[in-house]
Amino acid sequence: MNSKPKIGVYICHCGINVAKTVDVDEVTEFSSQLPYVKLARNYSYMCSDPGQNLIKDDIANEGLNRVVVASCSPRMHEPTFRKTLIEAGINPFFLEMANIREHCSWVHQDKEEATEKAKKLVAASVSKARLLEPLEEKEVEVEPASLVIGGGIAGIQAALDIANAGFKVYMVEKTPSIGGKMAQLDKTFPTLDCSACILTPKMVDVDAHPNIELLTYSQVEEISGYVGNFDVKVRKKARYVDMEKCTGCGLCAEECRLADRIPSEFDAGVGKRSGIYLPFPQAVPAKFTIDPERCLFLTRGKCGKSPKCVDVCTAEAIDFEQKDEFVEFKVGAVIVATGYDVFDASRKPEYGYDNYDNVLTGLEMERLVSASGPTGGSIALGEGEEAYVPKDIAFIKCVGSRDESVGNEYCSRVCCMYTAKLAHLVKEKIPEANVRIYYMDVRAFGKGFEEFYDRVRREGIRYIRGNPSEIFKRNGRLVVKVEDTLTATPLEDEVDLVVLAVGLEPRKDSREIIDLLRLSQSGDRFYLEAHPKLAPVDTATDGVFVAGCAQGPKDIPDSVAQAKGAASSALGLLASGRVKVEAQVSVVDEATCRGCAYCVEICPYGAIEMVNVNRMGHEVQVAQVNEVLCKGCGACVAGCFSGSIQQRSFKDRQILPQIAVLGVLR
Amino acid sequence: METELQSFIEKYDLLGCIQCGRCTGGCPVTVRTNLNVRRFVYDSLDEDILEELANLPEIWDCTACSTCAVRCPKGLKPLEVLIGLRGILVEGGRVQPTVRDALESVFREGNPWDKPRAARCDWMKDLDVRIAEPGEAVENLIFVCCTIVYDPKLQVIAQNLVRILNKAGVDFAFIGEDETCCGSEVHNLGEEGLFEMLVEDNTELLNSFNAKRMVTISPHCYTAFKNEHPDLKMEVVHYTQLVGELLEDKKLELTREVPQRIVFHDPCFLGKQNHVFDEPRYILGNIPGAELVEFDRCRERSLCCEGGGGKMWVETESTKERLSDTRVKDARALEAGILAVACPFCELTLDDSVKAKGFEEEMRVAEILEILGEAIED
Repeated sequence: MNSKPKIGVYICHCGINVAKTVDVDEVTEFSSQLPYVKLARNYSYMCSDPGQNLIKDDIANEGLNRVVVASCSPRMHEPTFRKTLIEAGINPFFLEMANIREHCSWVHQDKEEATEKAKKLVAASVSKARLLEPLEEKEVEVEPASLVIGGGIAGIQAALDIANAGFKVYMVEKTPSIGGKMAQLDKTFPTLDCSACILTPKMVDVDAHPNIELLTYSQVEEISGYVGNFDVKVRKKARYVDMEKCTGCGLCAEECRLADRIPSEFDAGVGKRSGIYLPFPQAVPAKFTIDPERCLFLTRGKCGKSPKCVDVCTAEAIDFEQKDEFVEFKVGAVIVATGYDVFDASRKPEYGYDNYDNVLTGLEMERLVSASGPTGGSIALGEGEEAYVPKDIAFIKCVGSRDESVGNEYCSRVCCMYTAKLAHLVKEKIPEANVRIYYMDVRAFGKGFEEFYDRVRREGIRYIRGNPSEIFKRNGRLVVKVEDTLTATPLEDEVDLVVLAVGLEPRKDSREIIDLLRLSQSGDRFYLEAHPKLAPVDTATDGVFVAGCAQGPKDIPDSVAQAKGAASSALGLLASGRVKVEAQVSVVDEATCRGCAYCVEICPYGAIEMVNVNRMGHEVQVAQVNEVLCKGCGACVAGCFSGSIQQRSFKDRQILPQIAVLGVLR
Repeated sequence: METELQSFIEKYDLLGCIQCGRCTGGCPVTVRTNLNVRRFVYDSLDEDILEELANLPEIWDCTACSTCAVRCPKGLKPLEVLIGLRGILVEGGRVQPTVRDALESVFREGNPWDKPRAARCDWMKDLDVRIAEPGEAVENLIFVCCTIVYDPKLQVIAQNLVRILNKAGVDFAFIGEDETCCGSEVHNLGEEGLFEMLVEDNTELLNSFNAKRMVTISPHCYTAFKNEHPDLKMEVVHYTQLVGELLEDKKLELTREVPQRIVFHDPCFLGKQNHVFDEPRYILGNIPGAELVEFDRCRERSLCCEGGGGKMWVETESTKERLSDTRVKDARALEAGILAVACPFCELTLDDSVKAKGFEEEMRVAEILEILGEAIED
């Protein structure tokens, strides 16, 4: 089977990407002289159909049994050329790539030197190619179910799409209700749809769907396994309310001794809730939850003579003895839709958010203008007799976005439009108000955005080009210290209310998911997709997909679109039912392994375990690689003290000659 | 010219600017002068008009408070552009005589006040203090500051520090006559060459002492040594950090009452630029009988007193109210008996304003060390 190597070498011009800096003809001529090389050719685009056909024809006509392609990074086209080899009837692992683009032509200027380097890279690949062995790609079955982490609009959409296709979905949501940030919004830009009106039907669909198992107030504790076969363990936190018995009547919350004393998360702290609460009227599930950090009975062991919630609950649903429960299940794919945090305005102390009650964040304003909000949608500030309707209202954009001083270089993408929307709503409610928006750029890139921006300006919203630097108080009024940069005029504008258009940030707990699923982060600290353009919903972990703001700031349409993309990628996996696993995995030589188990410690994928074997009549422990779990990273190979682990296609006897040709080893 | 232009643009990262206006928006002196620092960042992109820009009088209105730099979302330091333009004038010898004299005095005598180096230790002549010897171990090397050593009104600040450190049993020593200007104001006046020389000489001098840390009294010296002396081999702290530590560790006890309402004015070079906000308040909060109140514009939003950035030698031509006047009026409105400061320049500017406003009966400006002097028993 492993007959005498007959190698074909193919040098790609990559248009001018390679050919401009590397003399491809010279490299071809050089390659044809190398040992075991039967022929060498060059072509403008090896990845094109005609390029691939060159290889296929040569395999058929010249009897090639090894192929070296000198072109781009194997990350780009190794799968392409492996497929070419399969189509030509030879084992796909008889392919070796020499990266003469990213590692050579793109990073060098001197053509002569680059050509010499390309020759070395090709020669090294040739020397390895002749030592390659055929490998077999294994397939495993895929568990026909998926896990969706996060119950915001992205998670909801992904769950519904997968469930509608007939597959089981487990949705895990940390808070007591699904709905996420979208549920907190009053209207959506630029169409001014009522956010809750378009969201709540989907929330109800999730709850009612026969294929969706909804786990709210729950957290993923452990995920092990691999693509197609993840074992998941979820903690269902104690609600101290029996979900079966609770009718959602709400008497408990009304009677609670802490009623209206705890800042409501849903109302962004603008409104108050009880110790036992439903986050918002349309919450799904419509079941109450006791806040264990606030509840008097749970924190102090005493609440009056007896807890009022217990007294009034005719369904007898309150259960202070309830404990956290664990649920375990198996899924084939995971979708991460954990969303975002809004920027903490306290981190820009110059805006006085911590100092002044009439400096609000966009999300707080959202709750204030919402008809379902704590004020019933009336924008009144101050309490009791001091209450007043603000006349001069300022919005400040880019708070916590595009700002290196807080470590957020990115644009949050939604603030320009949500500011325009809130300004519109304010003007609608207080027509005589003098509403102004301080901005540094207006980014109205989405469908209908520019038109909406035009509309709110004509409604009388003043756009002033300058990003404010400071807010202080003078004679009881807020002073916005800013420059109108279009007229170069420094201003100290007195206003009654400032709304900070806070940006979007990665969740503070994003580390948890990273540790669970081995995800990476991009420079902005959001989860990193596998490729920014061509694999926007995939991650570096096979079988794990990402959707919504967990991957980066985006608006609702984009979140929904990405969720549908993630769902379709997950469905591809679930529907095919089988998935190929890595062939270039590590193998342990049982005869020399000394059983130290260091590799077990090193392996980031938990793919190595210790097993007992009989060695010449003695029972000894040796390492064994689970080939399905192994990702072929090679860490164990490098770490092994006795040199007993080798990685297929990267065995010492294959790569040492390759390195030697590069002139690094002798 | 081409290379010079590139260096100006590159040096100040002018291409990074997005013209958002936060620099000028936050600039405290815009209420009384024509200075628009954003315009200077923008206009400096044109190679042909740097000279012209340098000749605009408002480049001297900048107090180097650094609000523009702290607020810049792109990490630029707009004030440095103004200082760069001042540098063009300094290089051409075209600066006001007061500035020229100050710089010459630093070069000759190691201080900007035209005082002889030999008189640098006069303030300590009645005190039994240790002068550090090269190589000899010392816990705290004290850097006093040119303004404090020569101004008879301010010398008490250093004298009180000696009293306090002795009382707390702290190991400390002074540099003596060799103590040389930190260069903060030299840099701010645009004399880059002299500043570089001072950094080099001071680094060598200070490293020759075997000191664990250096304690500065002026926030201007603190900023200069902490942030502009990369090769300095010791920790640099402001005295409020040391005294705060002594109080926390109960090594220092304040026993005498100072029954006053005190408001603290954050020096830009201590607060905004170095985030030392809590220590001065901690000290003042520990003074028996004192009631600590706050300005609305405090901490990160503190209003500059206009004492820095070379303003000791260049008067701002404006008929509008001085920021130090605004500040003492705000303090008066709070009915503060003491306007506490932690910087010699703040003390000088605010004290002038208290006199100018005729508030001397109701309030006084005092450095924290002056107040501490009243709160301890010898």
